[in-house]
Amino acid sequence: MEDLSGILRNHPFMKDLDENYLKQITGCASNVAYHEDEIIFREGDKAEKFYLIRTGKVALEINGRDKGNLRILTVGPGQILGWSWIVSPYKWHFEAHALEEVRAIALDGECLRNKCEDDPKMGYEMLKRFSHILEQRLQSTRMQLLDVYKRV
Amino acid sequence: MDNNKSGLMKLDPMTPEAVKVKKIFWETEDVFTIELVYDSDEKREFRFKPGQFNMLYAFGVGESAISISSDSSKKNSLLHTIHKVGYVTNVLSKLKKGDIIGLRGPFGSSWPLEEAKGKDICIIVGGIGLAPLRPSIYHILKHRKQYGKFVLLYGARTPRDILYPVELESWRKKYDIQIEVTVDRADSTWRGHVGVVTTLLNYVELNPEKTRAMVCGPEIMMKYAVDELIKNGVAEKEIYVSLERNMKCALGFCGHCQYGPSFVCKDGPVFSFSNVTDIFEIKEL
Repeated sequence: MEDLSGILRNHPFMKDLDENYLKQITGCASNVAYHEDEIIFREGDKAEKFYLIRTGKVALEINGRDKGNLRILTVGPGQILGWSWIVSPYKWHFEAHALEEVRAIALDGECLRNKCEDDPKMGYEMLKRFSHILEQRLQSTRMQLLDVYKRV
Repeated sequence: MDNNKSGLMKLDPMTPEAVKVKKIFWETEDVFTIELVYDSDEKREFRFKPGQFNMLYAFGVGESAISISSDSSKKNSLLHTIHKVGYVTNVLSKLKKGDIIGLRGPFGSSWPLEEAKGKDICIIVGGIGLAPLRPSIYHILKHRKQYGKFVLLYGARTPRDILYPVELESWRKKYDIQIEVTVDRADSTWRGHVGVVTTLLNYVELNPEKTRAMVCGPEIMMKYAVDELIKNGVAEKEIYVSLERNMKCALGFCGHCQYGPSFVCKDGPVFSFSNVTDIFEIKEL
């Protein structure tokens, strides 16, 4: 059976990451699993973790108040769930729930933030990787806002 | 004399032929499909290549360029899937079985299917863009062994706007094809992907060196899809896009659809991205 560091090493987010960093990150990692329709986190809750999805699909929803819950994104295997752990005040902006059985690696946000503070090179590496995710999500959101398939 | 890329020769490509509506049905709230046969002889055959379009003429109203969405090996009738967006398409949407309209075509270039044999195929479509590529999908599925891995990535506005859902499911079950469908927005009853179509590339393992990509949809969507394909290592010359402009004569005479040095009606609508790279980013064109 593959151990945590092996799973982390093979996840696309950790691709080509320095072995020393990988070892440090593994210290903050744990295996998690969610049932279909289980809530992974709720909007406004403290963002204590982020997740590297291994299998299954997760839906991110925003509470549109009178519009109900609006599903804005789904993430799946090889992708990242959650970036609020890296930005103060560390609160979730969305609700996440499992659309299928989900297996993931959860990384403790505080643990990782402390290690990044202690080793700024590793911190910068993590920040670069998360910036890439944030840029992709921002671009996707802009595209969704354009509503390119709208009836004219 | 017309010398369009279907190889058909016609006496006067500006003169529409009478065709009869055999069937008309709604695919979604604002997209419908019409099936056409020749008015004079229902057994007469239509010939076209996947990617080509026809000019459909609602008498007394006007013409509209519409891609052909049927199987090119089935020659007795033609399907056009049409987004009801303007005056002509609005009139076309009200046609009934047995009504007569005018048809000119087929016109334009086609998707490069022959040259793609042996390659992996990645089709990325958005919205009504699935319709012009459906004939290519039929062709590839019919000649499945001649192609490598086959991936279809499709983005729609909402779950209710997904075109051909029954057919998508049947392709998924019957053939060796990876189909991923996403929507831009959904409520919590939808179990599929949500996000822009390019996010579906996360679910696909491409071998960029042997991949040919065909992309069709709104131009902004195609721009992002092409960018993502290039980021994934697919060569520009292996990416094909289908462009849409205001087509009038469909023969390259009137200039309405001029696109840089090309005419979309005659040189396109299907272009190799490497031939339009320099002008693809110019928003005024």
